[in-house]
Parts: sequence; C-alpha cells; structure tokens
Amino acid sequence: MYKNIIASSGLHLGVIILATLSLPFISKKPIELPPLISVELIQITDQTNIPYAPKAKKIIEKVKKKQEKLISEQAPPKKVKKEKPKEILKISKKNEIVQDNAKAVPTPDKNKEKIKKPKEEAIPLPDKKTDEVKRKEETKQNPSKEKKLQKKIKKIQEEQKPKLEDAKVKQVSEFEKKEIFDPQNIAALIDKSKEEMGETTKKSDKITQSQDKNMEFSGLTLSEEDALKAQIFSCWSIPLGLPYNENLLVRIKLKLKPDGSVIKTEVLDHARMNKPGESFYKVLAESAIRAIQLCQPLRVPTKGYERWKDLQLNFDAREMIGG
Amino acid sequence: MEVNEKNTLFYFCLFLIFQTKSFSLIEVDITRGNLDPLPVAVSPLFSDEQTHSDLKKKLNINDLGLEISKVVENNLRQSGLFNPLNKDAFLQKPDIAHLKPRFEDWALIKSQALITGKVILKDDKLRVEFRLWDVLAGKEMLALAFTTVPKNWRRIGHIISDKVYERLTGEKGYFDTRIIYVSEEGPKTQRIKKLAIMDQDGFNNKYLTLGNELVLTPRFSPTNQMVTYLSYFRNLPRVYLLDIETGIQEVVGDFPGMTFAPRFSPDGNKVIMSFAKDGNSDIYTMDLENRIVERITNHPSIDTSPSYSPDGKYITFNSDRSGYQQIYVMKSDGSKVKRISFGNGLYGTPVWSPRGDLIAFTKLHKGRFYIGVMRTDGKGERLLTENYYQEAPSWSPNGRVLIFYRETKTDSDGKGFSAKLWSIDLTGYNERLIDTETDASDPSWSSLLTN
Repeated sequence: MYKNIIASSGLHLGVIILATLSLPFISKKPIELPPLISVELIQITDQTNIPYAPKAKKIIEKVKKKQEKLISEQAPPKKVKKEKPKEILKISKKNEIVQDNAKAVPTPDKNKEKIKKPKEEAIPLPDKKTDEVKRKEETKQNPSKEKKLQKKIKKIQEEQKPKLEDAKVKQVSEFEKKEIFDPQNIAALIDKSKEEMGETTKKSDKITQSQDKNMEFSGLTLSEEDALKAQIFSCWSIPLGLPYNENLLVRIKLKLKPDGSVIKTEVLDHARMNKPGESFYKVLAESAIRAIQLCQPLRVPTKGYERWKDLQLNFDAREMIGG
Repeated sequence: MEVNEKNTLFYFCLFLIFQTKSFSLIEVDITRGNLDPLPVAVSPLFSDEQTHSDLKKKLNINDLGLEISKVVENNLRQSGLFNPLNKDAFLQKPDIAHLKPRFEDWALIKSQALITGKVILKDDKLRVEFRLWDVLAGKEMLALAFTTVPKNWRRIGHIISDKVYERLTGEKGYFDTRIIYVSEEGPKTQRIKKLAIMDQDGFNNKYLTLGNELVLTPRFSPTNQMVTYLSYFRNLPRVYLLDIETGIQEVVGDFPGMTFAPRFSPDGNKVIMSFAKDGNSDIYTMDLENRIVERITNHPSIDTSPSYSPDGKYITFNSDRSGYQQIYVMKSDGSKVKRISFGNGLYGTPVWSPRGDLIAFTKLHKGRFYIGVMRTDGKGERLLTENYYQEAPSWSPNGRVLIFYRETKTDSDGKGFSAKLWSIDLTGYNERLIDTETDASDPSWSSLLTN
C-alpha cells in the first residue's frame, strides 16, 4: 500500500518536474507585438498647393511663367470643337456626291445616319477619347497605302489649279472608302486638321523643290537615328522590377523645337496607364518620359526640322528585361 | 454659303495633303537602356524644435527624422533597384525641402526621385508625413501620412520604403516584413538552436524558444502570426505550431512517428508536411480548424518538402521515385504527378513563388550547391548562386528576392565553421549578407505586416 503511494507520488512529482523543465513555454511571456499604424491618404494633384520654400519661390515662378508661354503658343484653344458638327455635315454632303460617282460605296442615306449619330456623341467627349481615336487611326494605316497616297499627292501638285479640284474629289472618295465605316474617325481627323490649320495654310500652298525631296525621303538616316538612339539609351534607366512575359512597349509621341528640346510628350497608349493590374506600365511610361526629359535637347539632325518636328519614340524593354 | 462650302472643301484637301505628311511620322525604336539602379534622394525628414526635444526625451534619439530617412535609404539600397544618393551632396536642407522642393537643386545632383517629409509629435502620437517627388517632371507622385506610437518609428520607415518601392517599380514592396530563422550557437557538434525572429533588415531580433531542444525549418503562415516548425522535443521529431502573439505551441496531428518539412497552405488553414514510417515518407495535410488529416501521396519512395502554389491548386515536392531526388508537381489532391526537373544533379527544397510563376530550389551537382529558379513547367532553369553549402530558399512576399542560408567549411582544426543568412534577387546579381547576432539557418520570410 505504502509502496504504491510512494510510487504514485514519485511518478507525479517526476511528471511535474519534467513538465516545468522541458515546457518552458508555459512560463514564457508572449512577445510584444508592434502596435498598429494608422495610414492616412493625402490627396495629391498635378499641381501642388504646398507652400513654396521662400528661396525657391521666385525661381519656380519664373520657370512657370516661361512654361505658360510655351503652352499658350502651342496648344490650340478647345473652343474649336463646337464647330465640328457643321463641318462634318458639309463634308458628308460632298461625299455623297462623290460616292455616286464612285459606286463602290454603300448607299449614301445609310452613311448619313451613321455619321450623324456619333457626331452628337463626339462633341462632349473628353480629350482622352479623341486621343484614342487618333491612335486607332494611326495604327490602321499601312505603309503601302501611304506610298500610294504620297504618289497621288505628287501628281496633284504637279497639275495645275483647275485640275486640283478634280484631284480633291478623288481624294475624298478614296478617303471615304477607308474611313466611312468609322465615322468617329472623321470627327477626330477634322479636329486634327483644325489644330494644324495655321501651319498648313502657310506651308503647303507653295511646294518648293527641297520640300518635295523631303516628302519623298522621310525618316532619319541611319547615322542620325543612331545618334539619337545612343543618346536616349544612356538616359533611360529601365525600371528593374518589371515583370517579364508582359507587353513592355511604350510609344511616346514628341513635338520638338528646332534645337531638339521637347515641347510636348504624349504617351500613345494612355488608357493603359491607369489600368488595374498593369501598374508596371505606368512605371515604364514614366521612366521613358524621365529619359526624354533627362536627355533633352535631343540630338536631332541640324537640317530638315519639318521631317522630325513630330517624332515617335518606341521604348521597348522586352529585350532588356525578358532575355 | 456656296463660297463657304468651297472654302471648307479647300481646307479639307489641304488637311488631307498635310495628313499624308504625318503618315510618315518618324519612329525610333529604343530597345536598350541602362540597368543602373535609379538614383533617389532621401532628404532627412523635418521636425520642428519642439518635436525635436520631445522626441529626444522620449526615445533618446537625436534626430528621428534623420533616422527614419536612414531606414528608408538602407531598404532601398538593399533592394538593388535604387541608388540612394549621399546626403552630403544635398543642396537643400530638410527645413526647406519638406515644403516645395526646388527641383533644379535635386536634378543637379542627378537625382531622379526625391523623398521628403515631416515628423510631428502630437498628444504622444508620432505623425510622419512623406512625399515622393518626380524630380525631372517636377511633380508629386505620392503623399501619405502615418500615425503611431513613437516607439514604432522603424516600421514607419519600412512602410514608407514599401510605398516608394511600389510607386516606382509597379510591384509590391517587401520591407515591412519579418524573418523567422534558427539561431545557432556553440561548437558544431553541440549546437544550441533557437527559433528567432527579426525585422527584414536585421533589427528587433527576438528569441522565441530557449534552445533546450533542437528546432528546424520554421515557416511563417502567409496570413497571420503563426509559425510551424520541426522540434525534437523529447528527441521525437515532430511538427509544431507556434502562435507568436500568445506564445502557445502545439503538436500538429497525432502521427505515430516522425513528421517534418512543414509548410502552410496559402490561405493559412492547412499545414502540409511529410510523415516518415519504415523508411518511407509521404506527404500529408492537416486542416487546422477541424484537425482532419489527409494523405496526399502514396508511393514507396521518399516524398518530402511539399510547397503549395499561391492559388492552392497545386503542390510541388521532391521525390526520389525516379532513382534520384527530383522536383515534381501535382494537383493539390495528389493526382497528376509530373516530374519537372530534368537537369544534371539532385534537386530539392522546391518553393513556389508567391507570384506563382517560378519555383525556387536547391540543386546539388558535383559537390557544389546551387540556389536556382525554374518555371512551374520545369523550363527556363536559372541558377542564381553557387557555393560550398547552401540551401533552403524562401521567397520575399513579392516574389522578387530569395533568402537562404550558407555554411562555410570547417578547417582541419574543426574551426571556421559558420552559417549565415543571405539574400539574392531574381537577377542573380544583388547578393547580400543579412547580419544576425548569432549564426543563422533556415530562414522564412513573413508576408507584409500591413494590409
């Protein structure tokens, strides 16, 4: 009996000792967890209203004034848009006449309807939309058509004024064949024509020989292109965190001054910038714009401003990142 | 009216002529750039006199704004993607920079991004504001404010780093994270091993066990503050769970033998591990809620080191069923087993990337150890680093960096042995030693603590 009690108490004691010795967690204090941090979002806009540091203020204001001047020179007022609907109507009427001659196009009535409807929509559209339309149109054009058109224009230019009228009609009809099914494009094109009207009236009235040559040979020579490329290669820090297997192409359209400094940059696939799940694209586009800003004035050829005043840079990181 | 119409037609034709000119818009393809880290300037955060002295009393830190900026700077440098510029070169002092910075001054020192900010102490709460600027565009890219207790200031530095990293690279950061590892002390034959936890940058080191028993392979839960690991408690190797918040630990499952190589499922609800009996080991899962144990593989070979894909639909593991240790992928129910590694040598410890696109592994070939990654179909194998002995890669939560441990050879006297934690990113270039008080092995990266 005693033996049993001793054995039992001994065993219990043993268990207790064992437990306290080898289960240190029982006595251990839990680890302090770091307290919570509350996060507050501060709204940001393109134009910050944060107060200037006293010294910096004057300088920044100077720079701003300069920039304002630049902007007012180059960006046309948007009021122009209001005139759009009338114009399209007129054009479409003209087109009807042409189409009767051309025969290949569907009945004019239908076209009229088609064109009218989107017009109404097109007026209140924000800038972005028109941008997109422009882009679409650009991608559609293929080089062979381009050449044809260029040849045609040459012919037209060689002929005298009365004949020019005929040529115009031809042009219109051909234009219609391509674009009639996407009436929104017309709106966009007209918008563009308005924008550039000032320049066209000045320059394309008289076609000098040198300009004629430029039209035949458009594009940079290899060495000119290489110079520009080499310059931008050195300025572009490719973001290293980009995903592979993704479309890492950013197309940026530039407007340049004769000295190679940049007046305007425009990301062509702007819609992708704020797409969810493609945040890397915004990063990439921003890096490309930084590269241009860092590099300017760009190393452009000294001659032939007309050729390269509008320039498109295709930043492609696939080669560097994908491997 | 007619005149007007004619005019329009005329303009329209002019426009067409012009249009053909812009058809031939010159395009230049830029296919190369430099892969140098992005130069950033981290201006010390500004604090006024009052805050300055208050903080000094409270935390015994001379200039908290400067310290936070150093944390950010260090994080960005470690990532290998950024090049924080030397503060001596800054032309603007923080008291001016925290207002609207003069971008010309920052562009002059070749900085492309700028971080400024302000520290305020209000009602015993620390409020830190920061702004990220695009120096070249002269634009504000990001602005946030954080409020917390003053003691927590290092984490604010990490969160700022994460936000900046995310804004500038387009992928999530990994700085506000912790690493759990096995701390090792003593001679090689009598190592004392303890579980330890630290911030991702090596600070705030704490020990979770006392070192009475051998511990191995701790793994963080992807969803909460739980850790699963292997402990030789009473010389019986078994998988345990440890809640870091409460300190409570428990055995996972009631197996009649040795369980090892545990890992959480991506939702944190299951633990997957190996169970060995009679020289054969297979893969099992246990549901942490209802404690149901499920057998996944059933093969006379040794199947071990299981790891879930981030969507939980697949499992990668290693097995010697082909004669040599190789990596396999199967569905999460154990069906459709497919071998994916076919290179020379032995492959082990496969770990599925949190991004889902890659599997990291250890490879042994001709007596050398490699850490590498391959795509989930086994193609595109890339070996990132090679050494005498290294293993156990663990992914950073954004799937860009791997942490692993490396041991050095003992010399003829049995000395010179050490085990240290190293990290390397997917490019294979940015290899860095992570400083720990003691020797360290078997690291595991936590998920982001915020959000």
